[in-house]
Parts: sequence; structure tokens; C-alpha cells
Amino acid sequence: MARSITYREAINEALAQEMERDPSVIVMGEDNAGGQGSPGEEDAWGGVLGVTKGLYHRFPGRVLDTPISESAFIGAAVGAATGGLRPVAELMFIDFMGVCFDQIFNQAAKFRYMFGGKAVTPVVVRTMWGAGLRAAAQHSQSLLSVFTHIPGLKVVAPSNAYDAKGLLIQSIRDDDPVIFAEHKMLYNVAGDVPEESYAIPFGEANIVREGGDVTIVAIGRMVAMAQDAATELASSGVECEIVDPRTVSPLDTDTILESVENTGRLVVVDEANPRCSLATDIAATVAQDAFGSLRAPIQLVTGPHTPVPFADSLEDLFIPDAAKIAGAVKTAVDYAR
Amino acid sequence: MTGTLESPTSQELTPDQLLDAYRTMKTIREFEERVHDEFAGGDIPGFVHLYAGEEASAVGVCSHLDDRDAIASTHRGHGHCIAKGVDPVGMMAEIYGKSTGSCRGKGGSMHIADLSKGMLGANGIVGGGPPLICGRALASKHKGDGGVAVAFFGDGASNQGTTFESLNLATIWNLPAVFVAENNGYAEATSSSWSVATDDIADRAAAFGMPGVIVDGFDFFAVHEAAGEAVARARDGGGPTLIEVKFTRYFGHFEGDQQLYRADEVANARANLDCLKRFRARVTESGQLTDAQLDAVDAEVGALIERSVEEAKAAPKPGAADLLTDVYVSY
Amino acid sequence: MADERIQRVTMPKWGLSMKTGKIVEWFVAEGDTIAKGDDVVDIETDKIAGTLESPVGGLIRRIIAEPGADLPVGAVLAVVAPSEVADVDVDAVVEEAKAAIASGALEEDEGPQPQLVEVGGHTISYLTLGEGGEPVVLVHGFGGDKNSWLFVQQPLSEDRAVTVLDLPGHGASDKDVGDGSLDTLAGVVIGFLDALGIGRAHLVGHSLGGAVIAAAAKAAPDKVASLTLLAPAGYGEQADAEYLRGFAAATSRRELKPLLGRLFADESLVTRQLVDDLLRYKRLDGVDKALATVLDTLLTDADTQAIDTPALLEGVDVPVTVVWGESDRILPPPDGVGERVAAGHMLHMEAANDIVRHLR
Repeated sequence: MARSITYREAINEALAQEMERDPSVIVMGEDNAGGQGSPGEEDAWGGVLGVTKGLYHRFPGRVLDTPISESAFIGAAVGAATGGLRPVAELMFIDFMGVCFDQIFNQAAKFRYMFGGKAVTPVVVRTMWGAGLRAAAQHSQSLLSVFTHIPGLKVVAPSNAYDAKGLLIQSIRDDDPVIFAEHKMLYNVAGDVPEESYAIPFGEANIVREGGDVTIVAIGRMVAMAQDAATELASSGVECEIVDPRTVSPLDTDTILESVENTGRLVVVDEANPRCSLATDIAATVAQDAFGSLRAPIQLVTGPHTPVPFADSLEDLFIPDAAKIAGAVKTAVDYAR
Repeated sequence: MTGTLESPTSQELTPDQLLDAYRTMKTIREFEERVHDEFAGGDIPGFVHLYAGEEASAVGVCSHLDDRDAIASTHRGHGHCIAKGVDPVGMMAEIYGKSTGSCRGKGGSMHIADLSKGMLGANGIVGGGPPLICGRALASKHKGDGGVAVAFFGDGASNQGTTFESLNLATIWNLPAVFVAENNGYAEATSSSWSVATDDIADRAAAFGMPGVIVDGFDFFAVHEAAGEAVARARDGGGPTLIEVKFTRYFGHFEGDQQLYRADEVANARANLDCLKRFRARVTESGQLTDAQLDAVDAEVGALIERSVEEAKAAPKPGAADLLTDVYVSY
Repeated sequence: MADERIQRVTMPKWGLSMKTGKIVEWFVAEGDTIAKGDDVVDIETDKIAGTLESPVGGLIRRIIAEPGADLPVGAVLAVVAPSEVADVDVDAVVEEAKAAIASGALEEDEGPQPQLVEVGGHTISYLTLGEGGEPVVLVHGFGGDKNSWLFVQQPLSEDRAVTVLDLPGHGASDKDVGDGSLDTLAGVVIGFLDALGIGRAHLVGHSLGGAVIAAAAKAAPDKVASLTLLAPAGYGEQADAEYLRGFAAATSRRELKPLLGRLFADESLVTRQLVDDLLRYKRLDGVDKALATVLDTLLTDADTQAIDTPALLEGVDVPVTVVWGESDRILPPPDGVGERVAAGHMLHMEAANDIVRHLR
């Protein structure tokens, strides 16, 4: 039975159900319980935003708090994954990849290839991404493209509660290293989620809305923005097809290409900085493989080439919104050779 | 250096165990000397970092380990591989970049691994191994399989943040881990006497709440004893230990290194400190083994290494189809 | 405003998950006189499009809902009243209806929710609408669920209790089908009737569900008032095994969507939402195994039908009606058996109003 729960609750439920199902699943991260060694409560936090709350007491010995030593504990998760566990490590903010990236991209990502196909490293790194929380330049980035660039990693970016649960369960069951990127502005957004366990396969985009005039590929929080834009555009007779890739590595290029072959127009919406980004990558793929279908230049709606600013007046300008997306759609639709 | 000839452990090892230890050390030495020669001949691609001179460390530690246990190694990893049971024939083929190699020619000298032997890989990243070893130790602790995980790293990695973080984590999680700092005097071309802020790397153990031990790395028995205590403590739930093994590497940082930064320490070590020579002298003087037994091992090892080179040279290189495989389990 | 001569045509609730419907096309205009049961408007839900038959008869005074409008369940679409009723009174009803839509109050009414009941170790999800009369129980087919009766259950429940259930392995019921045999599934249906205290029911089954209720009638004939078999399994040997096996195996939209087209005469009825809902079901833990197990009940190794429904019905003394969609590509209608409606295999969705008439 499905019922409405938040993105945060969906992630917590996925962790709990997988820990219940498989004793090799462990969870670790900074303050994933909270209160270790303190006079007050254990499980005081359940993660900085409460995502892992309640697991500590429910699964004794399987929720490990760590010191603020991302290299050590992300690396430990990787090492434990080679030793028969399925660790889910929380890298609190994706911005903190800078202090542990070696363990992710030189170790976890490369074991299988370097070792001639003999390594299996089923580690999940959960991490929070995206702008909008007035968290400024070091806690707001959208660095998915950096991980996506690395062969050997899978990169998952759920845009809603249903996908968050099913993709996290798949991430934990998957035998490859997975970066599971949770958008911080979606934690409180609710949606229909089955109580049962389910896994959403990687590399299968979700067609969020069907339409024949323009394809919008949107990632993470931008999916909802694109839906707002599409609703508004529909009232003026422009029908948008919205494709949510769900996983950016592997990327469901077939669905994107099929949609563009139908609509002849592409708008890519990604709040990340624009250079060497998912937006440019998707645009390049479509330009190369569906050039003949394009009836207008591909439009990219992204953040600017700046760090994420703090002041709300500036951050609101940084993040793409429905109006900018609608504007890009109109540019594509109005284009005449 | 402490006088280790009186070390009690030599009497605890059976002749078979002694012979095995000698065989493994000799295999490493022969392997590395041969790679040195073959590299000079131009047949081996890339760069290789040789372990010759340091054999007592890998073998002294790994002789306490079994299939439950795991090790992480360094860019100078051939010795650790052989000591943990990786097949030298497959290793040689790997170094030649052949499809019969331990990693099917995709890893090379710096990434030889055999997970079935608990060998988590030589590692091209200095300081890459200690965090992984925390994880392996955690996995053993979680599963309760009694396994111990050992991180070998050099004096260079002893200055890496990953190492400090891992030492700290291992103590606060009370992990069954052993950290073996192999101080061969140089990180690349920089002396550890300059790069390490403390007198000894082992001094750093105190900062992370674990015992720190210094041993003579040319003395198999000294390493064996110190490692035995550390591994037993880890297995019994007593937590991690930092062992600093001091010695000299016989070759340069990598093959081709002119070693202008060094004095005549290698010649002295080879003549007066060499672990194989000291091992032979000790076990023959004590009557535990005979020269004839050890000579037979030498011949056996020589034949093995000869075969490994012949097979490596004859083996095919990986083909175009191998380029795209083994990136993911599924994608 | 309580002028009883004023009647309202409202947005129907076709299935549990329907929250809104989109007006596609009116077949009637203001000033027309309609009879109860006339086709009045095509409505598109996020799952499928259907034609609303008027629940009332009389003179159409106002059509409120314009084509293209997306309106909540319960929203007034048109007002019917005799000509004697003053315009001002009719307009007052229109204003009230518009205010109700604007207030958002309609969306909040969740309506009846499905219930769970334990039946012989299975947790079965079901939903009953309506009350009175001799109860009707609707049993879906392979890979279907209770929501497939979306166009049938509500209209049928106007004057009687109509219950839909999810068979084990399907919908919101648990996913353990045991051996998945017809006897097991029929046993669950009989146990379900007992659990709900239904002594005797009219059983309606679609596809596999048709064979299941036939087996139930054979096992417990006294519990069955009548059988209505819609495109039932077990008539003849032919079946689209490629569809059945493909459905069980499909994991992606790209695999599933082309297969689903075969279920309908009009393939455009396969909406994005229909595909999505089926994928959501298929992803649930245990569904793969359940479908694979039940598939062995349906098909032989030679990809012919493994069930013989006429044999099950031999000696079963209850009225039996068989209806086929004339364009059924999954289980081709055998010559000379049963009635025909203009539809594919999913006749209870594609020709729902005909099926409702049959069942009344």
C-alpha cells in the first residue's frame, strides 16, 4: 500500500528495510546517531538533518558514528565493502568530497578494473547536494558531474520520495560503488511511497510528463521546477515532455534521444555550474546522436559560473526557476531558421 | 637496533615454518632482482618500485596471517603480494602487462591484487591503504570472524592525513588492525629524517592512543615477534598497534632512479645487514636448518622466477575487447 | 438551493487513485434533453480515458466544465433541470459548484479506502463500494489488480455492494502466491468471501480471474450466485505467450509499453501513468517470483494454455455468462462461445459501460 511520506522518511525507510533484510548492511557517518560519548541522549540527531533517526536503537551495533574524518570513514566503508559488508556511508555534504575524494575515485571506483574484474565493492555513499538552503558556497554545490565523470561509479539523484526509496534500495543491493545524492531541498517534500520494499533499476529515466513540443531533461529538484514551467506553458498551448534521468550514471540516453526525436527540441535544466556539467554532457549527446531531429538550438538552464552565493537575493538568482525554464522553452519553440 | 639474535621467537618456529619464511623472502628477493634486470632490458612497461632489502617486513608480518586476514599495500607492493600468497607467476605476467597477469594486465605493478588471498592491492596512492584497512578490520569485527587487517605503508604515507585519520579511527572503533610503517629512509628522494617531524614514526602512536613499536627491519625474527604480538592483540579485541620497521631499500624509488640523493648505505646493508644472510646465519648456527636445505630452496625459487619470466614473455597481451570490460559488475 | 428538480452531473471517481479528470469532449449541449445512461462526455484520467454515462435524465441547462478543464472528482460538470426552474436558481447552483472547485475542498475528500483482511495466511487488500443487494465480487487477471475495475465498480455499486480484491502476488496484497495454482487462488477467493461474511456472491472474473472464479464455483458452488467470465483464461489452447512471458519478465518502460498495447483494441489507451503504475507494481519485492509462479499455472512449456475452464465448469450448476472483447489479442475469443463487445482483452476498461450493463 502506498501512502504519502516525505523524501527524508522514504530514505530512512529504505535503510531500515534493507538493514532488516540483509545483516551485512551497516550505516556510518558523522552524527548518524549523534550523542556518542556525551552525557545526554544517544541517537540525539539521527544525522544532521535527521535522515537516519531511529536506526541506531533498532539495529544495535550497525549504525556507526564517526569522527569528522571523511577520508578514514569513507575509505573504511570502501574497505568494508571488499570484506563482505554493504556499508552505507554518509558524506554529510557533497561539498566535502574534497577531503575524501581519493578513497572514492582512486580506490572504490577503480578496484574492479585495476584488479582485472576480480573486485566487488558494494559501497553506497549517501550525500546531500544542491542549493536553496542559504548554506553558501561550501554547502550548496551540485557536484554530480564530477562523480559522473569517473568510470566505476554510479551516480543517483532522486527527485521525489518514491524514487528515493526505490533507488536507495537498488543502490544498497547493487554490487558497484554508488554515489546516492539527496537534494537537501527535497527532504520535506512528500509523495506516494509503497510500504513494501522495491528497487528501481538504474539507467531508466522517468517520463514525468508527456508532451510533443519540447523535451525538458531535468535533474533532482529541477524536475519539480520543470513541472511548474510545463503546467504554465500548457495553458499557452506548449506541451512539454519532462524526462527525469533519475540516475546520471548510468544515463538513460535512449529515453532522452527518443523524446528529442519526437519533439525536436531540448531544454536541459541542471542547477549546477554550467561548464563541464551534466547539462553540457546531455546536450553533447543529443547534438551528436539526434542532430537530425533538432529543430532548434539546445537550451541549457543552469546556475551561473560562480560559487553559490549566501544572500537570499543572490541565491534565488543563482537557482534556475520555472520562469527561466519557461523562457528557455519559448526560445526553443519560437526559433525559426 | 636491539640485539635480536636472542629473540625468543626463533625457537618457537618449526623447521618447516623457518623454511617457508626463508622461501618467501628468497622468492621476493629473486623476483625483485629479476624485475630489475628485465626492466633494464626494456621489456617491462611503465614504472616499477622494488621491495628488495625489505623482505623481512612483509614476511615477518604476513607469517602471522591466514585467509581471514587482509592486507593493504603500497606502490612498492610486490613483496607484500608474495608474502600474502599471491602467485608470483601471475604477478610477473601482470608486470609485463599480459592477459595472464593477476589483474589480466589491467593493473600493472602498482595495482597487483588478489582479493581471494586477502591482498587488497598494491596502491598507487601514498596513504591510500590505511582507511581501507580500517574497513576490512571493521568488517571482520562486525562478522566476528576473528580476522585482522594490516596496513603496510611507507615513511612518506606516515605524513598523510589519511594515515592519521585511520590511526585515530582504528582506536576509537577499537579495530583489529595493525599499521606497519615501513621506514626505508626515503619518500621518493626525500629523507624521512627530514620529512617526519618526530624522531621516529612510532612516536606518533601515542597521539592516537595505541602502542608504537620500533623494529629492525633487516631482522626477520624481530619483525616476526613484534608483529606476532600486534596481530594477537588485534585478534583478541585489544585494538590496533603501530609498528615502525626501519631498513633500507636496495634499489631506487623507481627503476631508473639515479639515486643521486643517496650515499653508500645500500652497499653496506647488502654486505652487513641483509635479511636473507642474517636469517641463514642464524638458523644454520642454531642447527635448525642446514645450508643444503636453504640451497635447495634457492634453486627451487630460481627455477620458479625463471619460469615466471618465460611465461610472462610468452603470454598474450590483452586485446581490444578487454578495454571495456570490468568497469562495473553491471551497468 | 435545495430545489430537488435540479440535478448535477459530476466528475466520477474511476478507481481508487483517480483524483481529477480532464474533460475531452461533450456529446451533448445546453438545451439537449438526455436520458439516464446516455453518453454525455469523454473524460481522461491520468490512467485511461472513458465515456461518462449520465447518471440522471432531463434537460441540460448548463454545461460548466469546458473541454480541457482538469477537475477534481465530485466537481459538478453540468446541471440538469426542467425548464420550469428559473435561470437564477440554476445559476446559483453553477456558482456554488464553481466555488466548491475553487475552494479545493473537493480534492481533500479521499473517499473510501481499501482494507486488509487475513485469508489463510495471505494478507488480502480489498475495497467495497455500495451496499445492499446480492454482493458482487470482481476478480482481476494476471498482473492486474483491483484498480482495473475502475470504470465498473463505481457505477455498479449504485444499488448493491461491489467488492474488488487483489489476488495474492498482486496489487496491495502480499506477494506470496504459494504454488500459484488455480486451486490455491480459488481457495483464497472462497476464504475471502468467508472472511468478509459473504455467504453467496455474484463472481466476476477477468482473464486469469475468470478461471479462478470458475475453480471457486467448482469447489464451493453454494457460495456462487452466478459467474461472469470476461475474456477468461482456459478456453482453447491459444494464448499470446510472448505477451504473458514478456510481461512477467519486463523491468523497464521500454520493454513493457509495447507489450501493454496488445491488451487494448485502441493502443492509445496505454498512457504513461498506466505503464508507470504497472512498473511500480512489478518493482515490488516478491512480484517477480509471484508472476513467474502464476505463469506456470497459465501456460504450458509449449506456450499453450494450461487451464481448461469448460472442464472446471462441468457439473457446476450456476448461471455462467462469458463475454469477450472481439479484438482480444491475448486470449483470442473461441468461435461460438460467449458474447462479444467492441474491445480488446481489457474489455472491462475499454468497453466498461457494456460490461456494467451486462452485470446489471
